[in-house]
Amino acid sequence: MSGLITRRNFLRSSAIAGSGLILAGCDQFDFLGSKENPVRQAMEQANVLTYKVQRGLIGDQTLAREYSASEIRQGQRPNGSTDPSTPEYMFLKMQNFADYKLTVKGMVEREVSFSLAELRNMPARSQITRHDCVEGWSCIAKWTGTPLGPILDMAGVKPQARFCVYRCFDNIQRTLSGDILYYESSDLVDAYHPQSILSYGLNDQVLPVANGAPIRLRIERALGYKQPKYLHTIELVDDLSPFGKGKGGYWPDTGYDWYGGI
Amino acid sequence: MAAMTLGETMSDATERPAGKGPLIYRQSIWTRVTHWVWAICLFFLLLTGLQIFNAHPALYIGQQSGFEFENAVLEIGAINTDAGPRGRTTIFGNSFDTTALGLGMSGSAERPIFTGFPGAVTIPSYRDLGTGRVVHFFFGWIFVATIFIWFVASFINGHIRRDIVPRPSDIAGVPRDIADHATLRFKHGRTYGPLQKLAYFGVFFILFPLIVATGLTMSPGINAAAPWMLDLFGGRQTARTIHFVVMLLLVTFFVVHIIMVFAAGPINELRSMISGWYRASPGTPTVEGDKP
Repeated sequence: MSGLITRRNFLRSSAIAGSGLILAGCDQFDFLGSKENPVRQAMEQANVLTYKVQRGLIGDQTLAREYSASEIRQGQRPNGSTDPSTPEYMFLKMQNFADYKLTVKGMVEREVSFSLAELRNMPARSQITRHDCVEGWSCIAKWTGTPLGPILDMAGVKPQARFCVYRCFDNIQRTLSGDILYYESSDLVDAYHPQSILSYGLNDQVLPVANGAPIRLRIERALGYKQPKYLHTIELVDDLSPFGKGKGGYWPDTGYDWYGGI
Repeated sequence: MAAMTLGETMSDATERPAGKGPLIYRQSIWTRVTHWVWAICLFFLLLTGLQIFNAHPALYIGQQSGFEFENAVLEIGAINTDAGPRGRTTIFGNSFDTTALGLGMSGSAERPIFTGFPGAVTIPSYRDLGTGRVVHFFFGWIFVATIFIWFVASFINGHIRRDIVPRPSDIAGVPRDIADHATLRFKHGRTYGPLQKLAYFGVFFILFPLIVATGLTMSPGINAAAPWMLDLFGGRQTARTIHFVVMLLLVTFFVVHIIMVFAAGPINELRSMISGWYRASPGTPTVEGDKP
């Protein structure tokens, strides 16, 4: 019988196949959105694999591509927080960040702080790089700032430190129980990467508030959410679980992968 | 083939019920397992891919996305009209009302949902980019591992040489095969037909490698390790666009694939992809190992 195809059989079979396609969607897989679901937690291990493979495959010092000035064709598109409304930040902004301090603390030999003027007077690095948002868009801009590695060396990172936690001024989410402040974290490979800079300049101008003034960290081999704006404190730690919901960043706490290199 | 003689063929044919070809062992365990693993992977990769696309439902050509200049080739969004909001898709500058397709706007008139693709074809059905990425990358790894296993196994067991890579005689047989397909006359042979070979060659040697490579080109980490991939595909945003177009081609392949399974005999085709055994057309020469 399999060799015999009447037109009616053919059309009926095709209709059955077609209805299967329509049934494909719906919400049977919405349980994967629950962060407590064991299937989802198993799937998240793929991100750990991605992190380990990329760390193994990509040299620690390998640079992200830098572009020519002619590729800067537009302003840097702001996203996420664009004008933080916490009192501390609004006060600093009013004073044009004269009292701003960047603090490095935690598992360091000595806690150190730098004013914006001090950071600007240190050896600077400029790079024209592509900013990739997790949403899918890209934007090329010139970033100028102080390399993070030497700053960490001034504080003296203790051997047991494994991560940098970056704490920010911006209230990315306002809830009934108070503001949720943005934070992020990286391993020391990203922190010491030559292109990881505490940027204070964007496209040869002072870094605007919408893009993270006065200091935004650039981690050029990762997505935009790994590049915290409005940065005020860098804390060296060996464990990310005490911060936020324990996943190492505001967006990782909401279900995004921590590594952010893909 | 060498062991076959005319006498054996004749005697087998007489034992077999009239009008049936031999039952041949056509699909190896490697072909069958990788087939079904891919089917599952591609289902999840497609639906989570559309979820990821919905986070920024536009495609561009070049390194970056034009916000202050124009390099978009596809945009799916919604606009306000006198008759209320409508879904609108713009392709190469030409705009279409795609409300009926659920593109740009879906749900009921009272409670419209504004996403690129409707929730019926995304995982999760609601907007959740983080979950979409978790599931996409999980199945991405399995997909790539399965491709690797398939290439090694199919190279060793001869599947690639026998069934996938078209030979000059296959190319010459394409017009005849098209005519046969058009009249729904299918030959169930020991190896794949010309159009089958071309289709599977395209999937395994062009579409699969292309969709993996363009996916990797969207990774800023991989960009640092292999910046040549950015040059190969003409920039990260072009790679994203190619990734999307290859997805459309794979969906097209899937639709044709399913139609062909039904047209060529769904029981026989499914059996060959589950047990490996396939009923060949009457007149197919018998070889050792065939069943009646």
